Amino acid sequence: MSDNPLLKVSGVSKFYGSRIGCKDVNFELWPGEVLAIVGESGSGKTTLLNCISTRLLPTAGSVEYRMRDGNFRDLYHMSEAERRFLMRTDWGFVHQNPADGLRMTVSAGANVGERLMAVGDRHYGKIRETATDWLGRVEISADRIDDQPRAFSGGMRQRLQIARNLVTGPRLVFMDEPTGGLDVSVQARLLDLVRGLVNDLGLAAIVVTHDLAVARLLSHRMMVMKDGFVIEHGLTDRVLDDPREPYTQLLVSSILQV
Amino acid sequence: MSADLATYNFAYLDEQTKRMIRRAILKAISIPGYQVPFASREMPMPYGWGTGGVQVTASIIGPEDVLKVIDQGADDTTNAVSIRAFFQKVADVAVTTHTKDATIIQTRHRIPEAKLTEGQVLVYQVPIPEPLRFLEPRETETRKMHALEEYGLMHVKLYEDIAINGRISKTYAYPVKVDGRYVMDPSPTPKFDNPKMHMSDALQLFGAGREKRIYAVPPHTDVVSLDFEDYPFEIQTFEQDCALCGAHGVYLDEVVLDDKGGRMFVCSDTDHCEDRREHGHVGAMLAPNQEAAE
Repeated sequence: MSDNPLLKVSGVSKFYGSRIGCKDVNFELWPGEVLAIVGESGSGKTTLLNCISTRLLPTAGSVEYRMRDGNFRDLYHMSEAERRFLMRTDWGFVHQNPADGLRMTVSAGANVGERLMAVGDRHYGKIRETATDWLGRVEISADRIDDQPRAFSGGMRQRLQIARNLVTGPRLVFMDEPTGGLDVSVQARLLDLVRGLVNDLGLAAIVVTHDLAVARLLSHRMMVMKDGFVIEHGLTDRVLDDPREPYTQLLVSSILQV
Repeated sequence: MSADLATYNFAYLDEQTKRMIRRAILKAISIPGYQVPFASREMPMPYGWGTGGVQVTASIIGPEDVLKVIDQGADDTTNAVSIRAFFQKVADVAVTTHTKDATIIQTRHRIPEAKLTEGQVLVYQVPIPEPLRFLEPRETETRKMHALEEYGLMHVKLYEDIAINGRISKTYAYPVKVDGRYVMDPSPTPKFDNPKMHMSDALQLFGAGREKRIYAVPPHTDVVSLDFEDYPFEIQTFEQDCALCGAHGVYLDEVVLDDKGGRMFVCSDTDHCEDRREHGHVGAMLAPNQEAAE
């Protein structure tokens, strides 16, 4: 791991009128580290994720990102062009519903190739080669490259969405409930895949989930949110094995044991 | 006609409207390929008949101008005839079918075969000015994409074409990049005409009446058709020559002759075809007929 964090979040708050979305969140994310944000519905997980990933303007606070040149930049002091460029090159965003993150009416190959073309790739053969390679890495067979995601199953769509995000070699990936809506066996395979990719590529990731099992499998550290506040923060194993806050204890004890 | 009766202003539009449109045109010329919004007026013809082009022409035409109007290359089809008659009536200008004599050429979907020269203005009638429209339905988003020069999506479309058809199958309204900046829809002209837009000596103005947009390509401006390195842009080629004038390397229309599969290919540009025949060129269809008549 390098000497500097990749992302510095300080004092981020978001209010919806008088209601709190999330309040006074501080953390740092290091390269190659996976951070899980857990909590029940309405606890502010997704609001926080959107604030960090420039999809939602926070009411207060700053989010600084270490660019490839090593300098920290405040995301909200960048121009929109720079922010959007960052989002489609150095970042990825995996939506809960693959239809939000994919272009459902163009082929799988074009879905994976879009980011490459957006940064100026103009060689059809090479784009297709890269797309084929990435489909293979997410376990989609190469003969499905010209099929539209509409013809894919839920699990395949989610894997395609991951391939589409990783093709430009991002350093930071945001995931919003990446396994939501998938059945258990498909979930397990997807988690396996994501864990492998994150390890191989040395990605940093912020994963929002209400599923503690997902957090346990994927993340190194985790933050527990309740009513917009971060109430507990620590190494995943520590938080899950030895929860300190009453709410976290409740959360951990309410996992169904089969 | 009694002098007391109200008449049309010269070229139908009132002077304030023309002024507004000219300002939009000047802005469009200053930013090649950028779509300038303008307050499009109702014209005495339906949308889809060239209301945008007519407004542009009405704003730039003067009593000394010579107007040519073509519809798919032809001077004698309904759209061309009625717009020409319109300007004869409301502006009393000279009209012509000869490309080289015209100062303003209003066109629906073709660029004349004869090379346009300095001082000529080509006015296009545009149905849908936004090249990204069928890829991204939101106007707010397409404007942002133009502003930030995010044109990756355009290539996604071309990628899909190759993946499905083995080649870029877009044959008309083929997207171009103007002056290295804005991606532009050249109106539904066949891609055959795209190279003629590049470094043209003539001024090219585009008017979309229903969509309320004007854009322009000033003379001597780069107009590059988008493509891939390994699938370069190509124009259509035809196996036959024109059946009437024998022209080669021009855009041809297919004309069905009977219900037994008979067909002929003729120049889409009628003026070009007539001019060649006047100069003694004869195509395959005319020559054997003459022999048969003898």
